[in-house]
Amino acid sequence: MKPTKILLTAAAIATAAGGVSAEEMTIVSWGGAYSKSQLKAYHEPYSEKSGVTILNDDSSNEAVAKLRAMNEAGNITWDVVDVVAADAIRLCDEGLAMEIDPDTMLAPAPDGTSAADDFGELLVSDCFIPQIVYSTAFGYRTDLVGDTPPTDICAVFDLEAYPGKRSLEKRPINNMEWALLCDGVAKDDVYDVLATPEGQEQALKKLDTIKDSVVWWSAGADTPQLLADGEVIMGSTYNGRLFSVIEEQKQPVAMLWDAQVFDLDGWIIPAGLSDERKQRALDYIMFATDTQRLADQAKYISYGPARASSAPLVGQHAELGIDMAPHMPTDPENAKNTFLYNYEFWADYRDDIDAKFQAWLAQ
Amino acid sequence: MAALTPISRKPLSMVLPSVALAGAFAGVFVGAGNGSVLLGLLGGAVLIAGLAWVYITQLKNEKLARWINILGFGIVGFLTSGLMGCILGLLGGWFFIFFIYWLYEGRYRRKLLPYMTAQQVFYHFLFRVICGAIFVFLITPILVVLPLSFNAQDFFTFTPEMLRLDPEGYSLKHYRDFFTNNEWQRSFKNSLIIAPIATVISVSLGTLAAIGLSQSHVPGRRAIMGILISPMIVPLIISATGMFFFYSDIGRFLEGTLGLNKNFVGYVKVVLAHAVLGIPFVIITVTATLVGFDRSLTRAAANMGAGPVRTFFSIQMPLILPGVISGGLFAFITSFDEVVVVLFVGSASQKTLPWQMFTGLREQISPTILAVATILVVLSIALLTTVELLRRRSERLRGLSPA
Repeated sequence: MKPTKILLTAAAIATAAGGVSAEEMTIVSWGGAYSKSQLKAYHEPYSEKSGVTILNDDSSNEAVAKLRAMNEAGNITWDVVDVVAADAIRLCDEGLAMEIDPDTMLAPAPDGTSAADDFGELLVSDCFIPQIVYSTAFGYRTDLVGDTPPTDICAVFDLEAYPGKRSLEKRPINNMEWALLCDGVAKDDVYDVLATPEGQEQALKKLDTIKDSVVWWSAGADTPQLLADGEVIMGSTYNGRLFSVIEEQKQPVAMLWDAQVFDLDGWIIPAGLSDERKQRALDYIMFATDTQRLADQAKYISYGPARASSAPLVGQHAELGIDMAPHMPTDPENAKNTFLYNYEFWADYRDDIDAKFQAWLAQ
Repeated sequence: MAALTPISRKPLSMVLPSVALAGAFAGVFVGAGNGSVLLGLLGGAVLIAGLAWVYITQLKNEKLARWINILGFGIVGFLTSGLMGCILGLLGGWFFIFFIYWLYEGRYRRKLLPYMTAQQVFYHFLFRVICGAIFVFLITPILVVLPLSFNAQDFFTFTPEMLRLDPEGYSLKHYRDFFTNNEWQRSFKNSLIIAPIATVISVSLGTLAAIGLSQSHVPGRRAIMGILISPMIVPLIISATGMFFFYSDIGRFLEGTLGLNKNFVGYVKVVLAHAVLGIPFVIITVTATLVGFDRSLTRAAANMGAGPVRTFFSIQMPLILPGVISGGLFAFITSFDEVVVVLFVGSASQKTLPWQMFTGLREQISPTILAVATILVVLSIALLTTVELLRRRSERLRGLSPA
C-alpha cells in the first residue's frame, strides 16, 4: 500500500470510530460476576427502555484516586460510579460526589413508602445510594478440614484443630476485629478495645500466632482461586464470590458465616457533570435503584438488596434455579452473629492502624 | 554430518556418575511433586545408575535394554499417575536409555573434532545444556498458559481431570467467551484500531527524525536524540501521569473549542500517546540501518535531477525498509501490549485488550485471559514469521542473499 493510501484508510477508520452516537454513559463498577449481575439486572433493561448505550469501566478499585485526578484535570469521564460506602463517604466529604435528595431523585417503594424510609439507616452518606448489602465471610474446603468442619470464627486462629494455610485480606479492617473477638474480647467491647494502642497491640499479637500460615489477598478473586487450588484450607472474601465458587463452580467449599462483616455498596454520581449528563445519570439511578430492579440483581449474585421492600421479591437464581434466600448474608440462619462495618471508627482510626498493620506485616 | 571421530567404549567409572547425576536431576522434580526433594534426588541417582550398571554389565544387549527401559518407565508411570504419567514415563525412559548408551559407547564424540580434549568436549556440551536451560526458562511461562486456557473450570488450576488427559477436563468455553463476550470483542476491536494508527504515526515521524538526525550538519543532534528516545527510558508510570494531564487539556480544547465528538477525541488521545511511546523504537532501528546506507547514492540521485522527496521514496526508503519495518513492528507491539498509559489517558470506550486483561486478572481470575493470551501468542508468531518470510523474499529478489 502507498503511504498516502494508508493515511487515508487510517483517517477513514478514525472517522468511523468517531461517528458513534452521543447517547452514551460510562458506568464504573467492580468487574467479574458483580458487573455481570448489574448488566443483567440494570444495564440491559435500561438500555432497552431509554436507548442509551452503557459502557462498563471496571475501575471501582481506584475510584477515589481516579476521581480526584479527573477532578483536578477538569475532565470527568465517568457518569455513575459503584463504590463501597466508606469510599462514598470520603468522596462526599471531598466534594467529588453529588448530593442526592432521596425524596425527589429516588423512586418510592411500590406501596408508597418514601425512598428515605425504604433504605432507612443504610443511607450512610448524603451522596450515597445504597444498592446491596454484602458481607465478608469465610469459606473453607470441606475435604481439607478434617471431620469436624469449623463453625465459629475462632477456627481461623486455631492452627491445632485446622492446620494449613488461610487467606486473609491484606488490611487491618475486619482482621483486627476477628482477632480481638477470638482473644476473649466481648463483641460489644471490640471497638472500645481497638481504639486503644494496647488493644491494637493485642489484636496484632493474636494475628501473630497465625502469621506464618496466612496468605494475604488484595483482590476479591484471590481467595476463590486459592480455595479451588487447595492452596488454603479457609479464607475470607466477599460472600458473593464464595457463592459462585460453591454453587456455580461446584468446588468442595462451604460457608462459615460466623462473625461475617456486613458492608454496603452503592452508587455515587460524580460532582461537576454537565447538565445533560447529570440528567441522564439521575434517570439511570432512579431506574436502577427501584424496588424491582434491586430484587432482580439478587437473581444473579448472592448479595442482599438494600431496600427493605425488595427483600420479599428475592426469588430464585436465574440460571441455577436454586432459592437465593438461604445464600443471602442477611438470611436469619446466616446472620446469627454479625458485625456491621464501623464507618465512624475506621474513618477516625484507619490511617493510624493501617500504619501499624503494615509495619507488623513487614516484620 | 558424517562421523568425524572413531568412537570407543567408555569406562563405567565415567558413565555411572554421569548418569547418576542426570537421574538425580530428574529425581528432584519427581521428589518435589511427591513431597520429598532429598528422597527424589537420592532415589533418582541410585535408580538410574543401577539400571545403567545392569544394562551394561549384565544384559549386554542394547536393543533389548532400550525396549525394557522405555516400556518399564511407561508402565510405572501409568500405574502411578495414569495416562499423563505414562507419556512422561515413556519420554523419560527413552531419554535415559539413550543417554546411558550415548555415554557408554562414546557416541557423543562422534561428531566432534578428534583432537578435542576431554575438557573441551565437556564445555562443548555444557554450553549446549546452558543454552537449552535458558530457552526452557524463557519459554515455559508461555507454554504453561496454553493448556490452562483449555481448562473446563473457571480457575487457573490444572485439575485432576486435566492431568489424567480426560476430555471432560478440557473445553473451548473460554475461547467461546472471548468471541461472544461484548467486552472482550470491543476491547479487541479497540486494540485493532489504536495499534495500527499509532504505528503509522510512529513510523512516519520516527523515520523522518532518524533521517534528519543522521545528517552531520544538524546542530545538537545528540541532545535532540536523547529527548526523542526519553519515553523509552523514563518509567512508564511517570510518562503516563504527565500524559494524563497534558492530554486532558488537549482533549478539552478539541471537544470544547472545536466541538469534536467525545469518543473520537478519546481515540485521538490514546493514539497520540501510543505513537509517542513507539517513536523511540523506530528512531533506534532506522538510525542503525542508516549507518550502513551509502550517502553517495542520494548525491547521485540529486545529480540526475531527482528532488529530495523522489530520492527518498525511490532510493533511500527501499534500502532502509527492513529497519523501518522492524521499528514499526516494535511500535505496533508496544501499543498492542500497553496497559499503563491507556489506563490513564483512555476512558472506558477506548478500553484495549491489555486493559481488559488487566482488570480481568484483578477482579475475576478468569481463564478467558489465558485464552486471549494464547491467541495473542499465536498471532505474534504468525506476524513475525510473515515479516521474516517477506524480508527473505525481498532479499532474494534483490539478490542480496544467496539463500
